[in-house]
Amino acid sequence: MRANCWYGKQDVRVEQVPDPKILNRRDAIVQISSTAICGSDLHLYNHFIPTMEKGDILGHEFMGEIVEVGPDVKNRKVGDRVVVSFPISCGNCFFCKQELFSLCENSNPNAWMAEKMFGHSPCGIFGYSHLTGGFAGGQAEYARVPFADVGTLKVPSTLSDEQVLFLSDIFPTGYMGAEMCDIKPGDTVAVWGCGPVGQFSIKSAFLLGAERVIGIDRIPERLRMAEASGAETINYEEENTYEALMEMTGGRGPDSCIDDVGLEAHGGHGIVYAYDRAKQMLGAETDRPIALREAIMACRNGGTVSVIGVYGGFIDKFPMGSFMNRSLQMRTGQCHVQHYWHKLLEHIENGDIDPSFVITHRMPLDEAPQGFDTFLNKEDDCIKVVLKP
Amino acid sequence: MATSKRQLNKQTKDEGQTTPAAPRQQSGGVQAARRRRSSGRTSNVRGNGPGRADLQNSNAERLARGLAWFSLGLGLAELLAPRAIAKISGTEGKHTGLIRLYGLREIASGIGIFAQGERPTEAVWSRVVGDALDIATLAVAAASPKTSKGRLAFATANVLAVTALDVLCAQQLSANETGGTEVKKSIIINATPEEIYNYWHDFERLPTFMKHLESVRTTGERRSHWVAKAPAGTTVEWDAEITEDRPNELIAWRSVEGADVDNAGTVRFEEAPGGRGTIVHVDLEYSAPGGVVGSMVAKLFGEEPAQQINDDLRRLKQVIEVGEIVLSDGTYFDNGLLTQRAAQPVASGEAGQSQGASAS
Repeated sequence: MRANCWYGKQDVRVEQVPDPKILNRRDAIVQISSTAICGSDLHLYNHFIPTMEKGDILGHEFMGEIVEVGPDVKNRKVGDRVVVSFPISCGNCFFCKQELFSLCENSNPNAWMAEKMFGHSPCGIFGYSHLTGGFAGGQAEYARVPFADVGTLKVPSTLSDEQVLFLSDIFPTGYMGAEMCDIKPGDTVAVWGCGPVGQFSIKSAFLLGAERVIGIDRIPERLRMAEASGAETINYEEENTYEALMEMTGGRGPDSCIDDVGLEAHGGHGIVYAYDRAKQMLGAETDRPIALREAIMACRNGGTVSVIGVYGGFIDKFPMGSFMNRSLQMRTGQCHVQHYWHKLLEHIENGDIDPSFVITHRMPLDEAPQGFDTFLNKEDDCIKVVLKP
Repeated sequence: MATSKRQLNKQTKDEGQTTPAAPRQQSGGVQAARRRRSSGRTSNVRGNGPGRADLQNSNAERLARGLAWFSLGLGLAELLAPRAIAKISGTEGKHTGLIRLYGLREIASGIGIFAQGERPTEAVWSRVVGDALDIATLAVAAASPKTSKGRLAFATANVLAVTALDVLCAQQLSANETGGTEVKKSIIINATPEEIYNYWHDFERLPTFMKHLESVRTTGERRSHWVAKAPAGTTVEWDAEITEDRPNELIAWRSVEGADVDNAGTVRFEEAPGGRGTIVHVDLEYSAPGGVVGSMVAKLFGEEPAQQINDDLRRLKQVIEVGEIVLSDGTYFDNGLLTQRAAQPVASGEAGQSQGASAS
């Protein structure tokens, strides 16, 4: 089959690789009908995440039709049309039983590696380096889905691929970012990053009852998309984010702040940004917490900072004084997709939201390298790229 | 989950020892649980109290500190006066950049030794790596016509002497009180102590999740014959004897005379707090084949016992909670750092056996 494989920094190639086979008793093989490029894939593309091997198949947002099932998969059969969750979860361990699916203790064969970096290993993930298990990803024609009885969601034929594909990752992720804010009626929520996940955070914040949502970015088309969802926006290249938020909230600050940006943040000013870049070049700081610092400083006293943007290593100059002295809370994590996706599918079926609104580019799988480039450089008003194998 | 539990109970082997007639009377409450936990921790394989080995350790630590000061001094000299260093070792004076880099490396090692505190094992091993680099560099210099052979020989002799000290120190720091290597690992599994004790007691099944074991054969009431994989495709064998067997609590064993690798250990099954299953504690002592240096090399290939025991326990947890060992494309054959394959499906013709092959 053809698959999009990683070969180094900003080097991905679509090439012929073997077809996947059933290896474990609860596997299924899915013939992929649609797959997407995620913002976190760019961290792999730019080689920020270690333990990549040449030839690794990328991609963790995919869906399709089941063409083969392992002997112990009881709730799926050949022919089922499913969306696949990006976390791989066994369903039986301490964490899966609490529906904290991205913390599964059994699904990462390279747990020892992640343990060395993080203290403990999170779950296995499709196509996301060997730290998360070295599983082949879904930017391909077929994929082997371990624990298919837990990690797939049947979707009705009345909904198109584009309407449900994002249940695999970015819709639940944006939603979890908003849910972690514990939104109360009347709340103001500020969202850093109006990429696809940020767009879903904005929509989810409204769904969860926020009264005002403020989107922060610098790309005009992303700000426009946020405004179309009902958000007010701040272009941080035209005004100072903190000042603007203070002005909009009468000096109190937003009730909660969502960091939908993560480790490759852009847009710091002056000394601290120069410091971050210098330290990164020396390899002394792995992640740039620019959006995170801003979110903490801007958040109102007693508010919640929800971190759903991906971080991998260590950050510097964390405003712990501000955090502690003002009773802030931080909630974070890789999304527990399988916990959210039933409820979110209902929202889609009820017409509350059509996730396909973020898609700006559609191309065949063979053009994946071009897709990565366009997405990275935000060319051609690109917000989300969907690939068709 | 329920099915696998029933299957575990069915597979209990009758080895002729007395099975408990009735459930043991457990004293209740958190206090009792705390007492049970703490008593478990002090019972271990080796003896208590300071001895010759403790003295040996503090000597090693003093040597390490001396080497750290030496590192800092030499490092500063290489950094600030690289041409002088080049002259003393008889090499040309033009590789000042390289010498400065080595200076930085020496300083880093020195700082590392101080930073690691009481047992700077890894930092001293990093000095050994640095020494290997130095020796290699001097060897390359020997080939050049412009070197002063006499001075080079003098420098090499010094480096070799320091290398010997480094290796000695590192070995002493790495070894434990009895001169062997000790591994203590534990894992929490969602099953009762009884279920896991029964699963473990069927020794012939251990190779299904203990990747480094090739086979285990029961040869007597408390005896078994073990074959384990060793680095570079070889095997080691030994006969083991159960020295203590407390049902649902503890199994202790020891290799008998004539073993390729002397080893002894215990596996303890402790009820986890909050009814969250069982904590399995493995405490193993062995004399590493190839000594401690061999053990360091084995680490890179994922064959170092401490790492292996940890992964074995993880696989045991998978087998009990999930029913089989979870495979991925990248770790299909092995999950060592240098033995991962690309995260792509395995081709039908690809040679070798998967990690989980023995589990089926």
